[in-house]
Amino acid sequence: MSSELLPHTLEPHPVTGMYNGKFGLWLFLASEVMLFGALFSAYILLRTHGDFPSHEETTLNYKIGALNTFLLITSSVTMVMAWASFKLNEPSKGKLYLWLTVFLSVAFLVIKIKFEYLHKIHHGITPDTSTFYAIYYCMTGLHGLHILGGVIVMLYFLLPGFGLWRKNPEQFTNRIECTGLYWHFVDLVWIFLFPVFYLL
Amino acid sequence: MSSDHTHNPGFIRKYVFSVDHKVIGVQYAVTSLIFLFFGFSLMMIMRWQLAYPGDAIPLIGGWLGQYLVDNNGVLLPEGYNALGAMHGTIMVFLGVVPLAVGGFGNYVMPLQIGAPDMAFPRLNMASYWVYVLGGIAMLASFFVPGGAANSGWTSYPPLSVIANVDNAHHFWNGQTIWLLGMVLLITSSLLGSVNFIVTIVHLRVKGLTMFRLPFFVWAQLVTSFLLLLAFPPLEAAGVLQLMDRAFDTSFFMPTGLVVSGVVRDEYAGGGSPLLWQHLFWFLAHPEVYVLILPALGIIGEIIANNTRRPLWGYKTLVYSVVFLGFMSFVVWAHHMFLTGMGTTMSNFFQTTTMIISIPSVVILTAMLLSLWNASIRFNVPMLFALSFLPMFAIGGLTGLPLGLSASDIQLHDTYYVIGHFHYVVAPGTIMALFAGIYFWFPKVTGRKMSTLLGHLHFWPTLLFMNVIFGPMLIIGLRGVSRRLWDQTEYVLGAEVQGWTVMSSWGAWMLGLSQLPFIINFFYSAVAGKKSVENPWKATTLEWAAPSPPPHGNFAEVPVVYRGPYEYSVPGAKEDFQPQHLSDAKLS
Repeated sequence: MSSELLPHTLEPHPVTGMYNGKFGLWLFLASEVMLFGALFSAYILLRTHGDFPSHEETTLNYKIGALNTFLLITSSVTMVMAWASFKLNEPSKGKLYLWLTVFLSVAFLVIKIKFEYLHKIHHGITPDTSTFYAIYYCMTGLHGLHILGGVIVMLYFLLPGFGLWRKNPEQFTNRIECTGLYWHFVDLVWIFLFPVFYLL
Repeated sequence: MSSDHTHNPGFIRKYVFSVDHKVIGVQYAVTSLIFLFFGFSLMMIMRWQLAYPGDAIPLIGGWLGQYLVDNNGVLLPEGYNALGAMHGTIMVFLGVVPLAVGGFGNYVMPLQIGAPDMAFPRLNMASYWVYVLGGIAMLASFFVPGGAANSGWTSYPPLSVIANVDNAHHFWNGQTIWLLGMVLLITSSLLGSVNFIVTIVHLRVKGLTMFRLPFFVWAQLVTSFLLLLAFPPLEAAGVLQLMDRAFDTSFFMPTGLVVSGVVRDEYAGGGSPLLWQHLFWFLAHPEVYVLILPALGIIGEIIANNTRRPLWGYKTLVYSVVFLGFMSFVVWAHHMFLTGMGTTMSNFFQTTTMIISIPSVVILTAMLLSLWNASIRFNVPMLFALSFLPMFAIGGLTGLPLGLSASDIQLHDTYYVIGHFHYVVAPGTIMALFAGIYFWFPKVTGRKMSTLLGHLHFWPTLLFMNVIFGPMLIIGLRGVSRRLWDQTEYVLGAEVQGWTVMSSWGAWMLGLSQLPFIINFFYSAVAGKKSVENPWKATTLEWAAPSPPPHGNFAEVPVVYRGPYEYSVPGAKEDFQPQHLSDAKLS
């Protein structure tokens, strides 16, 4: 660490029971709730006030959506396993679970892009087709960017960032915990997106 | 990065890409002061067209370029709209908020809680540089084909969605860059607000409980929560508007839209222009409190210090600020009474609006009561602080008729609205920010600002602020719309043109009145009188550090023994008891 920065602290603060990074991450998630909350509100307003196509007129394939839901929920499990393994001082197991999480999320993205977006665009269904597809592309696209961001962070910890494990394993494990919190949030958003767009 | 423990990181790391909250605070303050003056200059150009419609702009008319003026140097209507939109955007998002939060918050708050730095110093640096990028984007938009965004600082669709697209056929036009710039500014404030909250909650020194925090820190804490939670909906709205512009989606475009006799069928329709207004004002009303709360915090510090006694009703002030922050999330649609959203909605929002005025009045009353019977020191920061009270009161009280849906029918979108919110933000918040600059200048530089130049700055500024905004209230009561390029085209506008001319001269004189401040600011920073460590005999922790504080702020970590405003304690030796000195040391 450079001398210009504060010494890193691992101690949980008595007021919040969290170390600085974890508290900061929860605050970040609060703002993410407001971001997606605003978009869900936009969805409700468009659906109730505008010319919104009925469910029968839309062509989303709920089977693909269900498969992706399954992949993401599984990735949440492997994420927790990764954190627990690092906590139990088993770095090789932790790395394996983290790679599994990366694999599952990339699979999610590939299915989403190849079998949903490109397929739809091929059939001439683009964001300007109707407000349903506009908000669908917007919200799932934003969610996809969040997945991509998570993958980049995980790859960072697996490859160049792994050196921290040898220097300060507890700090490294804390970073994995924060990544996990973010990851569960991103999953949770999908748990809402799936029924809203595919089932309702 | 070096591994040695000396504090000699080199010029670039020390002054440009610094992680020190004090350097970042000064960077924020200087950048935002420049933006404030730039945004104000846009307004001085607009005021020429308003006062003397159709006359060429003197001196600079020839230099403004084809998007703003015609060949004779007369301001174009589109140019007028662009200046108006960018004046609002720059003053709010690049001027006042970065100065109040990024500047004062960054510099003063960690010192007041006894922390060596912010909780996430690198995040802090990132926050500043993302803000700079946002500012560059906004400035660059003046030079792209079609000129800067010209749909008002509120960017209401459908106007904003179709703006610039037709004549430029170009993705990189003013409105698009405005949206991208806003996304950068929102990201910057997100990084900042997370940092502020963690710092205030986690990094307080021993003994500094929440109810021993200076009022300024409370104000910054509530402000950070507002920035954290209110900005994301505008980010969402910005993304939706970008999609409307870039991909012809119809989030905000209703079915069957006709513009200037042309059916706009490139949009599938089905969207709702009201959706934008809801998302925008969900941010922009809390934003009003982001503008005012740090100012209240600064005023609280200066009043306690210069009345030499505790702030009246400290806990009441804290509860009021927290309640104000909470309520500011449920008043947004009082900006939308005339959109046809329905009387049920209007009734709800006018009720919450009346409720939110209560804590505001409580705060102002507590500040006034603090003055009662005090032996007041009339130094320059205190003069600014005292002028804030009546100015903010005028701003607040003129807001009441706007918050009632019946009287708003007459006043909506007139100059009365402009007069009202400028009284809150210009003679209100900006006077408080000046007060803060004069107050903490010795802390930052180790030197005092000149008192004579301070008086030469204060009196004309106070006078001309009122010369500008007082007439606007009168013009607005007559019903003149706030968006006219030339109000004399209408009889009712021509009748009150005299007031408009007066307002314009007020603006130009206000510009001149800032000269003493600019001279004072730079001259005193280099050659001002050296200040002692605690020149105002203040009690809060920032004065326990050397002036200017070194890297890491405090030579030894302070411990706090008492509340923030222990002035004139009966029986005490001195009339102030600093927070960090134990009773044994004081007696």
